[in-house]
Amino acid sequence: MVKEETQQQHKGLAEHSGLADIFNRDEQRVNWHDETLWFVRSKRDKAAHSLPEWELLRETASQIKHNVLSDLDTYLQQFEEQALINGVTVHWAADAREHNQIVHSILKKHEINRMVKSKSMLTEECHLNEYLKEHGVEVIDTDLGERIVQLAEEPPSHIVLPCIHKKKEEIGELFHTHLGTAAGESDPQVLTEAARQHLRESFLTRRLALTGVNFAVAETGEFVVCTNEGNADMGSHLADVHIASMGIEKIIPRRKDLGIFLRLLARSATGQPITTYSSHFRKPRAGQEMHIILVDNGRTVQLGREDFRNSLKCIRCGACMNTCPVYRRSGGHSYHNAIAGPIGSILAPNLDMKAYADLPFASTLCGSCSNVCPVKIDIHDQLYKWRQVLVKEGHVSPVKAMGMKVMAFTFAMPRFFAFAGKAGRVVMKYLPFVVSNKLNPWYKEREMPKPPKESFREWYKRERR
Amino acid sequence: MKVGLFVPCYVDQFYPQAGIATLELLEKLGVEVEFPERQTCCGQPMANSGFSHLTGDCDELFTESFAGYDYVVAPSGSCVLHLKEHLHSKKNPSAAEDLRGRIYELVEFLTDILQIKSLKARFPHKVGVHQSCHGLRGLHLSQMSELVAPGFSKPEYLLNFVEGIELISLNRKDECCGFGGTFCVAEEAVSSKMGKDRVSDHVQNGAEYITGADLSCLMHMEGILKRQKSGVKVMHIAEILNAGE
Amino acid sequence: MSSREKILAAVRANKPDLQPLPDVIIPVREEGLIEEYRRVAEGIGAKVYEVGGTAEVKELLAASFEPSQRIVSPLEDFADMAEGIEAGIDPHSFADVELAIVRAEIGVSENSALWVPEGNVSQRVIPFICQHLAILINRERIVPTLQQAYSLIGEINYGYGVFIAGPSKTADIEQSLVLGAHGPRSLRVFIVG
Repeated sequence: MVKEETQQQHKGLAEHSGLADIFNRDEQRVNWHDETLWFVRSKRDKAAHSLPEWELLRETASQIKHNVLSDLDTYLQQFEEQALINGVTVHWAADAREHNQIVHSILKKHEINRMVKSKSMLTEECHLNEYLKEHGVEVIDTDLGERIVQLAEEPPSHIVLPCIHKKKEEIGELFHTHLGTAAGESDPQVLTEAARQHLRESFLTRRLALTGVNFAVAETGEFVVCTNEGNADMGSHLADVHIASMGIEKIIPRRKDLGIFLRLLARSATGQPITTYSSHFRKPRAGQEMHIILVDNGRTVQLGREDFRNSLKCIRCGACMNTCPVYRRSGGHSYHNAIAGPIGSILAPNLDMKAYADLPFASTLCGSCSNVCPVKIDIHDQLYKWRQVLVKEGHVSPVKAMGMKVMAFTFAMPRFFAFAGKAGRVVMKYLPFVVSNKLNPWYKEREMPKPPKESFREWYKRERR
Repeated sequence: MKVGLFVPCYVDQFYPQAGIATLELLEKLGVEVEFPERQTCCGQPMANSGFSHLTGDCDELFTESFAGYDYVVAPSGSCVLHLKEHLHSKKNPSAAEDLRGRIYELVEFLTDILQIKSLKARFPHKVGVHQSCHGLRGLHLSQMSELVAPGFSKPEYLLNFVEGIELISLNRKDECCGFGGTFCVAEEAVSSKMGKDRVSDHVQNGAEYITGADLSCLMHMEGILKRQKSGVKVMHIAEILNAGE
Repeated sequence: MSSREKILAAVRANKPDLQPLPDVIIPVREEGLIEEYRRVAEGIGAKVYEVGGTAEVKELLAASFEPSQRIVSPLEDFADMAEGIEAGIDPHSFADVELAIVRAEIGVSENSALWVPEGNVSQRVIPFICQHLAILINRERIVPTLQQAYSLIGEINYGYGVFIAGPSKTADIEQSLVLGAHGPRSLRVFIVG
């Protein structure tokens, strides 16, 4: 029932608070989700603290990304030129639709209707799987976590740990249904082995593989894909055709810059010193066809928003999600967007302000996200700034807007403030979090402080004047 | 040195004892303190909700009230951070800008401006320190657990002067309590859960009192504690630093 | 206007003023690299052996693998225990390889990664499709961090190259670590010299 409700909210006018409320109906599960992700954050801390140069690495990575954004057109052309020399076909897609059409046209050209895909948040953003399904193409996601959510017919709930919201028993049930494992089997070792066998067959029989891109080097035209499982390599080295889809912001200037970014990426993501495989693709292997699709889909618009362009520095490590106290207690699906968590909340309104107006408000602005970010994106400041933009653009309820006007009026009138306070604690009337009303959500799990017999200003008047 | 005392709206109305302790403590340390009575609010409740364009009158009032003082001190990290980052005046822009650099939260005023090396206070209890996010990550009252940098804690530095106090350690030393202004009602479920988790970290580690430099967080945690009928209390750090026999 | 032109024009119109590209070389320690390499590699599930030469490697591998199992290696030194790897043939034909033995060019002590360019494996799929992987690395080719590794790689024009650190793994199910996701179930690293 809860799942249906969640799905309904996904389709309709989803609100983070409503979805988070559903998630919080099972407190034990919230505790489990929170602890699991806190464990990842703790591993990240340990890895970061083992490098005395950590903050220097973050600063350097940040500066490189600033340089990239400030000269992106030059780097994109340099990258394209090099990729062409390397024998790679380069495509440009203005939006998600064009990206999906390009993929489909390559499939059609080779008369292929079954393919494998390794992790790519961009294809989630573009809803590629749905598009291809409608056009009769079967896509198998080969990252274990992505395969699990694919079998469950759900989107990933985390950009690095796609099925972090699922318990092993639930995965066991899915595998029992789809892969024929024994009923009740939930040992991760056994389940992973079953997936290995099932996906090995896919790798060996599919002729087209699509991968994401972690970094694309302008200087050489090569791109780097990072995985722990080896699925990007198994797919691409066995396939006749390799498509790599990348957002235009994935460019870095030089090969040696990888020496900064790869030191940060896995440590920030999972606390590993590096992913098992950091694969550098420069040319197709003999007889293979290789395509790169450069995708805009709103990125150039975000580049033009001065307050928000730095969000394009993101290297998709997910550290901001693991540290976010709200994400840990509301789950990735509550963000109803391909990219959840703090970074998702500053990226999504760029694509659709109305649909994602709730996300910048799904934060306490605690600032932990900005501190763990390996490229120093000022995430919590951008959340604050998005709130101002969304209100000005009229994406906030009129009731709330009126309340805020009354509050502003009260605070602008010292006499009225003092009088209203005396008359019944003005903040209880006007501060939205303490409105004295049993229907106020504050009272569901919390009490209000007992109003003292006199306010500070009353005491001061009596004692000091 | 003449200090203007800023007592944020909800402290004025709900926690006058924290304002009184701040005043008394500063006076004990030889500071001349005044409370300008036309003050109201820092404007943060509106701004954090996306209505910063409505805070103009609030800002003017604040600038008028405090422009004449050497420093402004407030027992609330969150309000202070908001003023430091966002206080503007159309009538008197330079006064507001100048004021932004002279606004201090109480703890940082004691450690950075007065640079106190000792304190006479006694509080024989087990105390957990809540690092409020705006004080921690905004004002850098303590080192942030995410950063690879030398540790320090200004609140703990001060609390260690207090006779008889025992500071407990926490499992998560600087996680947010979930208050977040309007977040606490707009995102009731997550906010309450964050508050419960924060409180339970203190309770499980033996705290009798939870203290901090921000009453908004303490108010949130007190709300949870009271609903749970817990004997654990919250107390603003000024009250502990001002506590006698 | 093509999408390419549209995107480039939008970037030009919206990009901020030029920011400088930093060039940072972070100072490193050179001592204790082998110890660090071993500690990190073992920490992520690899087995590390320090050996004098290939004869020792063969002995150690012979103890774990049967001659009946398919063993491949592009290294001439291993021609007596492993079949060679032909570059042009169908990569699917390696699906039943039990063990592959290859050589890495560079090792990195901070993360135990080994740089294996395409030329060292003949077929890109080799270090992934095998059930078990053995990699040889010369002792003096182990450097402290990735920054030193990339300065050794320099401007070499490879078609493909990979840093490998540990066996293939996943923790996607409740964060429990399982070795052997899609690639090799085990990695043996032989530090030679």
